[in-house]
Amino acid sequence: MRFNKKYLPLIATVAVFLALFLIGGGMYRNFLSTMVLGNILADNSFIIIAAIGATFVILSGGIDLSVGSMIGFVGVCMAVLDSMGWHPIITAAVMILFGVAFGAAQGYVIDFCKIQPFIVTLAGLFLLRGLCFMVTLDSVPIRHDFVDFYSSIKIPLPGRGVIRSSAIVMLIALAVGIFISHFTRFGNNVYALGGDAESAQLMGVNTRRTTVQVYALAGFFSALAGVVYAMYTSSGYPLAGSTLELSAIAAVVLGGTLLTGGVGMVAGTLFGGMILGLISTLIIFDGSLNSAWIMIISGALLFAFIVLHKFLIGTFNLRGSS
Amino acid sequence: MENKGGWLHKFRQNRAVWPILALIIIFIVDAIISPGFFNVRIVEGRLFGNIIDIVYRAVPTALIAIGMAVVIGTKGIDLSVGSIVAICGAVIAWRINAGDPHIVVLIYALAVGVVCGAWNGFLVSVLGIQPIIATLILMVSGRGIGLLINLLYGGIDPSFESPLLQGMSTGSVFYIPTRIFVAAAVFIALWALIRRTALGLFVEAVGGNAAASNLAGVNARLIIFVAYIVCGITTACAGVIMTADTHTSDPVSVAVYSELDAILAVVIGGASLAGGRIYLGMTVLGALVIQALTTSILISGLPPEYNLMIKALVVLFVLFLQSENARATVKLIFKRDVQ
Repeated sequence: MRFNKKYLPLIATVAVFLALFLIGGGMYRNFLSTMVLGNILADNSFIIIAAIGATFVILSGGIDLSVGSMIGFVGVCMAVLDSMGWHPIITAAVMILFGVAFGAAQGYVIDFCKIQPFIVTLAGLFLLRGLCFMVTLDSVPIRHDFVDFYSSIKIPLPGRGVIRSSAIVMLIALAVGIFISHFTRFGNNVYALGGDAESAQLMGVNTRRTTVQVYALAGFFSALAGVVYAMYTSSGYPLAGSTLELSAIAAVVLGGTLLTGGVGMVAGTLFGGMILGLISTLIIFDGSLNSAWIMIISGALLFAFIVLHKFLIGTFNLRGSS
Repeated sequence: MENKGGWLHKFRQNRAVWPILALIIIFIVDAIISPGFFNVRIVEGRLFGNIIDIVYRAVPTALIAIGMAVVIGTKGIDLSVGSIVAICGAVIAWRINAGDPHIVVLIYALAVGVVCGAWNGFLVSVLGIQPIIATLILMVSGRGIGLLINLLYGGIDPSFESPLLQGMSTGSVFYIPTRIFVAAAVFIALWALIRRTALGLFVEAVGGNAAASNLAGVNARLIIFVAYIVCGITTACAGVIMTADTHTSDPVSVAVYSELDAILAVVIGGASLAGGRIYLGMTVLGALVIQALTTSILISGLPPEYNLMIKALVVLFVLFLQSENARATVKLIFKRDVQ
């Protein structure tokens, strides 16, 4: 059986994740446990959910900067609507619908005006963050029996670890993402669009519809990330999720997806996000290091991965071009 | 109406029209909502007034934006400018508190800009990494580097006193704030470099088509490398002014979103992110439009929360103006109305 070289970046990502985990296990007692794993999954679930949406956008050759603001906006809306007596499930549904509509609008502007996605989603970032401040300037708590019930859901793992509800939502979202990307016509269209927009159009891909759908899907995932974040912290804060779009993009890149589009896998994004989470966990475990190191090591790792991809693409011809 | 194709057409073709029009509209609105808007008075040997204030506050954004304009001219982008400002601030606080002569500290700060720019340029031109992702590396880690320098040499958010740097930032000469002179000097130097040497032409050639300009004998790699260093230097100048303004190094919150403001200024100035064009003067106008908008929102008594919203709407409006498709649609609607 011939080995499919498209799995190389994914394997590299998983290898780095395992290596970091083992290094942590060698350095600190109690690190190599299901409890740490469960905590990393839960603490980073909203980043990974947002990053799944970002993966689709990046696969299509675009970029979405509105992720962090969307998380903040969904959070404050959930909190304010909660204080007005709405049920969290209803607000969640409304906010996710809003996310889809907002994403679709962004996609439409990008395709209709032929403007770089960078600038359009930048306007989206400003718009949503501005809306956050207009909704509330304070941190608003979410108090509802359902939120308590939600945070009490746990699946025990062997050892002392548990998979929390946020992680469950994330894993379901991941499964949906993998299904859409590999087993639907839309998924194929996204890869085709990112590989070469012109060829894709000539081959009959409706680029406008696909672009709108991609950003709508990203809006869905970032709104879902906002819901998970709000339920996890049981509060809404207008500055929540600032610069989170960068973490999401970093997770996608670490997960083996090329920013030029057309190459990558949704499954890789899970490990990309987990690597980011692992770095901060390692630094917190150390105790003597601080947040400055989280930023520097994340940047260094990002650099290493980009160079690695460059090498893999050059050596194994991943893009399939000449 | 016989000269319809004459001055009116020429006027509309001039790319300075839209930003200047935007600025005029903002000022008219200001004059209506705040009668004393254009008053300028002298307080403590310095001019004061809303107009002066707009120019004063637009200086850092304008400095970053003219460097960004050069990078965007090469079809690139630099997301790391906020981080460069943060590192600059940390180095300034560290070296001044270490007792170095302040003029040397100034050179260190500019050196930070050169080194950061060279790093970005190396990633983009030598390793051939896409600009957004290449500069993302420094954007993610740069504030961490600033924090680290502070923690190693100064503590959390160290402050410093420097008559030279603070004079450059908040002082004034001949009633005019010094930073305006600084910005003007940097602008003229950059303009001379871009328009009085062949560099600008090369940058625009590389941004237009890197492969073609390579065949024509332009060293595209070198040009791109230099462009990022130029951006690093102008950003370092902005970093000096911003750091001396607060005389504190605060890497986490200094110059947040400055990369977005700078890119916005370039886009309002009429340059496309697709590269191939550098409009330095227009970019400064763009920075002034952004600041005028911010100041007007503050004066108008609207809550400052509206600031981001209005900025977003202005960006979208500018984008629609620049888009062929949108203009064609608007024209179509117009025609229908007339007939």
